[in-house]
Amino acid sequence: MLEIKMPRSIDLKTAGPFVALIALFILGAFVNDAFLSSGNLSNILARSSFIGIVAIGATFVITAGGIDLSVGSMAAFISGCMILIMNSLMDHIESIAVLILIAILASALIGAAAGCINGLLTTKAKIEAFIVTLGTMGIYRSLITYMADGGTLSLNFTVGDVYSEVYYGTLLGVPYPVWVFLSVAIIGYVLLNKTVFGRHCFAIGSNEKVALYSAIHVDRVKTMTYILQGVCVSIATIIYVPRLGSASGQTGVLWELEAIAAVIIGGTMLKGGYGRIWGTVVGALILTLIGNILNLTDMISNYLNGAVQGIIVIAAVYLQRGAWRKQAPS
Amino acid sequence: MLSNIDLQINRGEVLALLGENGAGKSTLVKLIGGYETVSGGTLQLANQAGKLEPLDTSTWNHAKAEAQGVILIHQELNLAEQLNAVENVFLGNEIRRGLFLDKRQMLELTQEYLSILDCDIDPLVPVGLLPVSVRQMIEIAKAYAKNSTLLILDEPTAVLTARESEALFELVDRLTKQGVAIVYISHKLDEIERIADRVVVLRDGELIGDYDAKTLNKDDMARLMVGRELTNLFPTVAPPDSTSDVVLELKNGAVPGLIYNASFQLRSGEILGFAGLVGSGRTALMEAIIGLHRFSKSSTLLVRGKPVSFNSLAAARDAGLAYLTKDRKGSGLLLNMSLPINFSLFSLHNFSNGLINTKKEAIAFSEAVDTFEIRLKDLSINAGNLSGGNQQKLLLAKVMAAEPSIIIIDEPTRGIDIGTKSQIYHFIARLAEKGHAIIMVSSDMMEVIGLSHRVAVMCRGQLVGILEGEHIQEHEIMRYAAGLESQLTEEGEQACA
Repeated sequence: MLEIKMPRSIDLKTAGPFVALIALFILGAFVNDAFLSSGNLSNILARSSFIGIVAIGATFVITAGGIDLSVGSMAAFISGCMILIMNSLMDHIESIAVLILIAILASALIGAAAGCINGLLTTKAKIEAFIVTLGTMGIYRSLITYMADGGTLSLNFTVGDVYSEVYYGTLLGVPYPVWVFLSVAIIGYVLLNKTVFGRHCFAIGSNEKVALYSAIHVDRVKTMTYILQGVCVSIATIIYVPRLGSASGQTGVLWELEAIAAVIIGGTMLKGGYGRIWGTVVGALILTLIGNILNLTDMISNYLNGAVQGIIVIAAVYLQRGAWRKQAPS
Repeated sequence: MLSNIDLQINRGEVLALLGENGAGKSTLVKLIGGYETVSGGTLQLANQAGKLEPLDTSTWNHAKAEAQGVILIHQELNLAEQLNAVENVFLGNEIRRGLFLDKRQMLELTQEYLSILDCDIDPLVPVGLLPVSVRQMIEIAKAYAKNSTLLILDEPTAVLTARESEALFELVDRLTKQGVAIVYISHKLDEIERIADRVVVLRDGELIGDYDAKTLNKDDMARLMVGRELTNLFPTVAPPDSTSDVVLELKNGAVPGLIYNASFQLRSGEILGFAGLVGSGRTALMEAIIGLHRFSKSSTLLVRGKPVSFNSLAAARDAGLAYLTKDRKGSGLLLNMSLPINFSLFSLHNFSNGLINTKKEAIAFSEAVDTFEIRLKDLSINAGNLSGGNQQKLLLAKVMAAEPSIIIIDEPTRGIDIGTKSQIYHFIARLAEKGHAIIMVSSDMMEVIGLSHRVAVMCRGQLVGILEGEHIQEHEIMRYAAGLESQLTEEGEQACA
């Protein structure tokens, strides 16, 4: 019986991010005893979930050969919208639970619409994804700043009190955001690896022309990846808003780069054609772990967090390239 | 890949390398050209005085090879598409005057080279905008500009028209008179008969013979390559009787800017050949039929008598139409993906009820491997590592997995060895016998004549004639293809002008 296999060199590569994660884990344990405390571990997981969920969406976009730089601004914009909606509807709706549900629904719709705009501009207007999302990145960032009038939008205290349960509450001792992260990852994995849609993402990222001649609705699938990305951003926002209960022009800054970094560290190819959801999950965990370990040690200044992350990303891509060069037919 | 090959190439001779796909021809020339490393053996190159000097095989690479005048023109074109002909011809080899480029001299030289090749183009247009055949000529001009001592041509004529090929052969003659050695790879045996002085035959990575070209005819060459007698290259298929259904009909087909006038009928069980020069609009017409281009409003496309207008390839596929692209590397197969993924890509919906049934996919793939005789030891390699012939078979398998009833095959055997060609012809014949309707677009006159029941000829975006029976002859097809003859009425002619 034959099995569907991805190129063999990837089998070696798949292990890479996991090995790095375990190494960081061991390093963390040595650096500070507090690292292995359940409080610290659940903190790491909860913090990873924002970038992780966004990065799962980014895995689809990148696998299909695209890029989305607007996710950070989009998250800030959606946060702002949610807070404005909840604050303004407060006097009209008695049940706070219903109010929050309305905000969540609105968040999903705005996320999907924003993704759809990115997708249609890329596919129908035929503008490079980099340029489209660079543009929308600026638009959403300035919209949230405008909505907050240059300051901070704060969620009404009564609502915030109820909503904060979504971030701080736990199930079986594990914070809700982690459950959401896990669910999104599982759904993402099935969608990318087990469905026609996922296979089409691989095909388009690998060679768009071949995909077209294989009767794949290239534009539709590409637009879908951006919509998925938008929905993922909205999910991340839904669990992010109750954490601080506010949104400002500084919300979600550089999330796009962290999300792309997580995707790349996880072994997804930036040029498209190959993507791995579990790699992305590990990538997001690695990024958070680095920050956490630097916080717990005096050896390297915490201010160098970005530098260490940068080195990890570059190293990951370097390893990726090397493996693919060996694979390439000569 | 290769074992134990002893080969000498002499100044001023044309050495033809013959062999089936996967026999090792391309690998051998890549070794010489410095694109692959030799794992054993020696390589010697004559110096200025004509004395052989051993080369260090471990550091031999294509930059060194080119510096010594050993130039390989690849099967796949390697031009910078954004640059124009002049810039490409002198890429990495620019003529300078002081600090600056001597553009005028480079332009004049390029014009001279192109005129030798009888290639009349504007050398200042980005080559990406030029037809493939012209790009091949520029590639050859580029090699010519480098003053080669050994020029290796790997299937240079696969994309050239007959006239362009002839210009190339004249250049080859000119070069050999200057003492340049030529290694020539082609599957077109009549070309080899025309230009080769020596014929070297490879089979399964081994050199099996070195012959004086004068002592061989085309049949000998074919037999040596395959290692067995080739009987009936073209199977005969009984033409469909006049009562069989018309499954596809195009009336007044026109696509703005591409196709001006094309009408034809296709019956089930029929093989309809499409002949014409490169750029005559055959591929554009087929792509319009399957929904990649829009027909103008005056056109009618009927599938089994019902008017249709496909807005996507998927719609055409669901109506039973399938198109096999002529560009199997660029638009046919995902070269860095596995074989089963390529196999199922066109018909993936058949393998999914929400989730892809990989077991069903694997079973269908292994059946297809048998049906299409994809001969491989290792089925876990990527499509890009297959030989051309196996790639073409995989492409066939991929398209047939959707079980189309109307099959359009564009250049079914381009760049494929004669053994695989024969398999593909027999496969097409079997499909027709089973009642499939087949359109075969081909620039290979032999296969158009050998396999088609009728031959449609296109010229400058028009379908100028459909030949039947004893009219299917090379010179008659050429007359239509060249625009000397037409079955169109005056009115139709004017509509296009």
